[in-house]
Amino acid sequence: MASSSTSKYNSHSLENESIKRTSRDGVTRDLSEAIPRLPGETLITDKEVIYICPFNGPIKGRVYITNYRLYLRSLEMDMRNLRFALKQEGHSRRDMFEILTRYAFPLAHSLPLFAFLNEEKFNVDGWTVYNPVEEYRRQGLPNHHWRITFINKCYELCDTYPALLVVPYRASDDDLRRVATFRSRNRIPVLSWIHPENKTVIVRCSQPLVGMSGKRNKDDEKYLDIIRETNRQISKLTIYDARPSVNAVANKATGGGYESDDVYHNAELFFLDIHNIHVMRESLKKVKDIVYPNVEESHWLSSLESTHWLEHIKLVLTGAIQVADKVSSGKSSVLVHCSDGWDRTAQLTSLAMLMLDSFYRSIEGFEILVQKEWISFGHKFSSRIGHGDKNHTDADRSPIFLQFIDCVWQMSKQFPTAFEFNERFLIIILDHLYSCRFGTFLFNCESARERQQVTERTVSLWSLINSNKEKFKNPFYTKEINRVLYPVASMRHLELWVNYYIRWNPRIKQQQPNPVEQRYMELLALRDEYIKRLEELQLANSTKLSEPPTSPSSPSQMMPHVQTHF
Amino acid sequence: MLGKGVVGGGGGTKAPKPSFVSYVRPEEIHTNEKEVTEKEVTLHLLPGEQLLCEASTVLKYVQEDSCQHGVYGRLVCTDFKIAFLGDDESALDNDETQFKNKVIGENDITLHCVDQIYGVFDEKKKTLFGQLKKYPEKLIIHCKDLRVFHFCLRYTKEEEVKRIVSGIIHHTQAPKLLKRLFLFSYATATQNNTAADPKNHTVMFDTLKDWCWELERTKGNMKYKAVSVNEGYKVCERLPAYFVVPTPLAEEDVQRFQGHGIPIWCWSCHNGSALLKMSALPKEQDDGILQIQKSFLDGIYKTIHRPPYEIVKTEDLSGNFLSLQEIQTAYSKFKQLFLIDNSTEFWDTDIKWFSLLESSSWLDIIRRCLKKAIEITECMEAQNMNILLLEENASDLCCLISSLVQVMMDPHCRTRIGFQSLVQKEWVMGGHCFLDRCNHLRQSDKEEVPVFQLFLDCVWQLVHQHPPAFEFTETYLTVLSDSLYIPIFSTFFFNSPHQKDTNVHQRQLSLPLTQSKSSPKRGFFREETDHLIKNLLGKRISKLINSSDELQDNFREFYDSWHSKPTDYHGLLLPHIEGPEIRVWAQRYLRWIPEAQILGGGTVATMSKLLEMMEEVQSLQEKIDERHHSQEDPQAEPPCLLRNSARLSSLFPFALLQRHSSKPILPTSGWKALGDEEDLAKREDEFVDLGDV
Repeated sequence: MASSSTSKYNSHSLENESIKRTSRDGVTRDLSEAIPRLPGETLITDKEVIYICPFNGPIKGRVYITNYRLYLRSLEMDMRNLRFALKQEGHSRRDMFEILTRYAFPLAHSLPLFAFLNEEKFNVDGWTVYNPVEEYRRQGLPNHHWRITFINKCYELCDTYPALLVVPYRASDDDLRRVATFRSRNRIPVLSWIHPENKTVIVRCSQPLVGMSGKRNKDDEKYLDIIRETNRQISKLTIYDARPSVNAVANKATGGGYESDDVYHNAELFFLDIHNIHVMRESLKKVKDIVYPNVEESHWLSSLESTHWLEHIKLVLTGAIQVADKVSSGKSSVLVHCSDGWDRTAQLTSLAMLMLDSFYRSIEGFEILVQKEWISFGHKFSSRIGHGDKNHTDADRSPIFLQFIDCVWQMSKQFPTAFEFNERFLIIILDHLYSCRFGTFLFNCESARERQQVTERTVSLWSLINSNKEKFKNPFYTKEINRVLYPVASMRHLELWVNYYIRWNPRIKQQQPNPVEQRYMELLALRDEYIKRLEELQLANSTKLSEPPTSPSSPSQMMPHVQTHF
Repeated sequence: MLGKGVVGGGGGTKAPKPSFVSYVRPEEIHTNEKEVTEKEVTLHLLPGEQLLCEASTVLKYVQEDSCQHGVYGRLVCTDFKIAFLGDDESALDNDETQFKNKVIGENDITLHCVDQIYGVFDEKKKTLFGQLKKYPEKLIIHCKDLRVFHFCLRYTKEEEVKRIVSGIIHHTQAPKLLKRLFLFSYATATQNNTAADPKNHTVMFDTLKDWCWELERTKGNMKYKAVSVNEGYKVCERLPAYFVVPTPLAEEDVQRFQGHGIPIWCWSCHNGSALLKMSALPKEQDDGILQIQKSFLDGIYKTIHRPPYEIVKTEDLSGNFLSLQEIQTAYSKFKQLFLIDNSTEFWDTDIKWFSLLESSSWLDIIRRCLKKAIEITECMEAQNMNILLLEENASDLCCLISSLVQVMMDPHCRTRIGFQSLVQKEWVMGGHCFLDRCNHLRQSDKEEVPVFQLFLDCVWQLVHQHPPAFEFTETYLTVLSDSLYIPIFSTFFFNSPHQKDTNVHQRQLSLPLTQSKSSPKRGFFREETDHLIKNLLGKRISKLINSSDELQDNFREFYDSWHSKPTDYHGLLLPHIEGPEIRVWAQRYLRWIPEAQILGGGTVATMSKLLEMMEEVQSLQEKIDERHHSQEDPQAEPPCLLRNSARLSSLFPFALLQRHSSKPILPTSGWKALGDEEDLAKREDEFVDLGDV
C-alpha cells in the first residue's frame, strides 16, 4: 500500500491531526517526478510545505492534493511511514485550504466520492463474494421450518433491510407486515444463523414499539412463539437486549422498549449492558488522547482504563459469548436486538456467528459475514463514518464497526490458529472503511446502494483483497470444522491493538511479520521443497534411473546441514 | 467426581455471591463417599524424603466452569512437601502424563513454596501462624508460585486435623536451621555423578580458570586480572574465592577493607569499556577513619581513572534508584492480584484490572530497571565509558542491573548455557543472598525481597519482545523461577559461595535443566517438554556485537535510533519501554487461574504448530536420506509429540487439568458506572420520532 499517503475521508481514524503549513521559499528542488497515483486519480494542486511531524519535528516536503488523497513527498531521507490528514484549521494558504476541504468533503460541495471515479481493475470481482441465496443454502436453508421470502424485494416492508429475508415457514407475509408495524423502523425478527445440528437459531431485529403505555401486539407475540417452536424446543425463547436495562426502559418514552415477561410468556429477556454509539465515540476519542501524539508513559494502565475502551470490548464479547453459548448448547434459540438493530445487534450476531461457525473465520467467509450482517442489514456506514461529509461533530458518527473489528482482533489474538486471515487483513478493511476508494462501505443500506448503482459504478474492497489473498493469510491457520471458539472476555487477556491504534508512532514499531510467523514460513518453504525433492526421487526410482537426481535449483538456505546430502 | 454446587454463570443475571467458604453441601458429598474410599494413591517419596504427618478424608476443591467440586483424598506433609493424594489421578490420559512435572506433582507444594496459610473459621478467613487454639474447617494455602489450594477438613477426624494443620504450619513457618534444609538429606541419599561435558556446560565461576576464560571471551584480559587473594575465604566470606579486578590493583588493597571499596569486574564490552561493581565502605562516625577511607578511595579511583582505563561513570544504586523496600511492597501487592480464591474474586477485580496493576507499581519497577540498564548500555556502547555500580553490599541491585546489561549487550548471555553462566557469575558468585531474599529459613520476613524474580521478569520482557534473540523461551524462565523453591537444586539456597562451600561437602546439583540425558530422573520435565523450553526460533548466536555507527550521548536518541533500525538478534538488544510494551508475564502469573485459561489458544497454539512443522520437515529429511542411501521405503513416521495441539490450553505445560469442558467462561460481574459519561450513556442512539410507525 502507498506509504506516506492518506485518504481524505478518514474523519474517524486516529491519525487525524491538523498540520501547520508554512510556505518556504528557499527550496527549489525539482519535484516533477510522479507521485503514486491510482487509475482515475487526478492531481488538483501541490505546494511546498514544512510538515510539523509530531515524532520527528519539522520535515521539508511538497504536499500534493489529488481527488483521492493528500500526499507528502519528503525531501529528507529518513521519512518514516507517516500519514497525516487535515482538519479545517489551516490558515496561511487560503486556496490550498479551500481545495482541500472541497475534495476532502466532496458531498458538501456536490462532488462525487472518489469511489465513483476510481478506475482500478482487478482480476476478481468482489461484488460476487456475497450471494444471499448461496449463503443461506450453505446454512441448509430453506428447510421445513424456515423459508426465504421476497416480501422486501422493493424494500417496501423495511427500507433498511436487504431484499431477501429468512423467516419462519409458519409465518405468512401478512403476518410479517403486521409484525413490522410493531418493530422500530419495521426491522422485524429475521434469521441470521441456524445451528446445523440442533437447529436453534440466531434471530435479529429492532426493539418492539411498546411505548409508555405498554402497547401489545398479538402478532409480534405469536411470531416470537413461532420462532421458538421451529426447533421444537420446550424452553423459553431467549431474548438478548444489547442495551443496559436503564436505557431500554428510557426508550419507552420515545415509543420503544423491550419485551416484558408478563406479555411474552414464552420468552426470557436479558440485558447485555452494552452502551450506545455516543459512549463508544467518546471512549475512542480518549484512546486517541492517550496514544497521540505521545504515548502516555507513567500512568499508561490507569489512562487506558479510564478510556473504558477495553471494557466496552469486554462487554460486547461477553454478550456475543452468551449468544453463542445459548445456541451451541442447544438450550434455546436467541433473539438479539438493541434499539434499531443496526449497531450493537450487528456486533453481537456477527461475533456470535464467528464463534459458532468456522466458515466465517476464512477470508471469504469473513467477507460474507461483513457483507451480510453489516452491509446488507443496514449498519449505517455512511452516517457512522461520515464519508465525504464535513460535519465532523455529527452525533451520528461512531466507531461501531471499528469496535467489531477490534473484537475480532482480540479473538484472533487469543486463537492464533483459528483464523485464515491475518492482522493485515483487518487493518486494510479499516483503512478502506474510511478511504472511499471502494464502494463496499458507502451508504447506509441496500436500498440506497441500489439507487446509486454502487456495484456497477464502484469497485469492491474484496476485489483488492481477493486478488492478493496470499498477503492476508495467516500461516498458522488450521481449519477446524465445527469448533466453537469462546474467547476469554477478561481484562487480563484483552489488550489495546497497538499495531492499529499506535501504528504511526515510530517508537512503537512492532516487528512485521512477527518472528514466530517468519520462522514458520521458512519451515513451510522447506517442507514444500522437501516434498518436491521426494517426489523427484520417487520419480527417479520408478523410472529405474540409477544415477542420483540432479540437485534442485534452489538449495535451502535455512538448514545448511541438509545440503550436505545433495 | 463428587457433587457440584453451582455458582456463577447464568446469562447476564446476577450470580449468587459465593464466599470462599464452601460450595459443596455435606449432603452432596456423602452420596458419593463409597466410591472414594476404595481408591488409594500411593505417596511418592524422593530419596531422603520422610513422611511427617497425614490426614485422611480431606476434600480438595477443584474449580471447573465456575463451579467447584471436591475430590477426596489424603493430605500429607513430608520434610520436602505438602501433598494431596486424590483419587482422580488415574483419570489422566496419555497426553497429559507425558508432560507431567517429574519433581513436583500437580498436588504437591514444596515447603519452601508455601507463602501464606489461611484457615476458615465460621466462614471467616484468617491467617494461620504459631500455636492454634482452634482448628479451622478449611485450609487455604497460597503458594509462592501463585497456586492456591483449598482443603476442606470438615470430614476429617479431629486429631488428624490437629496433627496435619499444626504440622504444616510448623514445617512451613517456623524458623529453620540451614542444616535442616531438605537439600542435605536429598544429597546424602542420592549418588551424585556430575556428568558434564565441559564444552557445553554452565560455567560455575568457582575456579580461577573459569574467570580467566570469561576474561578471554570478553577480551577483558588486557586490563583486568583474575585474583585468588580470597582463596579459602581468607579476606572475606562475602566475596567468591576468585574474582577479577583491574590489573594495577594491589592485593593489599583488596584486604584493606575486606573487599569493600574495590572495583570488581563484571564484564567487558567489545569496545573495551567495562562494567564494574563496588560495595560501599563501612559507615563510620570517626573523622580519622573517614579520612583514611577517603584517601583509600582516592587511590583506587586514581588507578581506574588513568589510561588505559576509560572514563568512569559511577552509578549509585543504593541512592535514589530503587529501594529493596519498594520492590518488596510492589511485589506483595502485585502477587495478590493472582492469588485468587474463587471465580467471583476474579471477575470482581477484572474490571479494575489495569488500575490495580498500576497501583502495585511492579510493571513500573520493571520499566525503571530496564531503563537504567539501557542508560548504562548507552554509556558503554556509545560513549565508551566504564560504569562502576555502587551498592552497599553489591549483591542485590548490582546483580540485577549488571546481568540485565549483559543480557542486552552480550548475545552469549542469551543462549541457555550463557544465561546460566551469567546467573552463576553475577548472582550465585556475586553473593546474592538467596537464602534471605527467598526467606527459605523463615527467619526474617523483612529480608524477603524478590530481586531475582524481578530480574527474571525483566528478562522475560526482552524474551517476549524479541523471541528470536534468545535460545530459551518464557517456559524456561518460568521453570527457573519455580526452581527457586525446590530444595533439590542447591543453586538458590545459599547466601554466598562461602556459605555453600562450608556446608556442602559433595558437589550438589546445580540449576535444573542442565543435566545430561543419561539421568532422566533429574530433569525437571520430561524431554518432550524440552521443545517448549528451548527456543525453536533461536538460530545459533555466535557473532559478536557489531559496532554501531556514531551514537549520540543522549539516552532518548540512543534508544530511538536503535529502535528505528532493523533488529540484529546477534547484537545489541534493547527493550521497548513505552507503556503498552511492558506486560504481565502471563505464563508465570496467570497459569493457575482457570478463568484465564484459553482453551485451544494462546501462544502455545502457534508454538505447537511450529513444532509439528519441525517434525514434519525432519521426517521428510530422513525420508530423503533413506531414499538416497538405501533406495528403500521409509520407515514409519516418528510419533507426534503434541497430538491435537489445537486442544491444548493456553496454560500448557502448566495446569493441565484445570479445565476440560469447552464451555465458555462468562464474567459474572461486568458493568461499572461510567462516571462522567453518564449523561451520554442515557442518550438515545439517535433521536427518532417514532410517532408515525
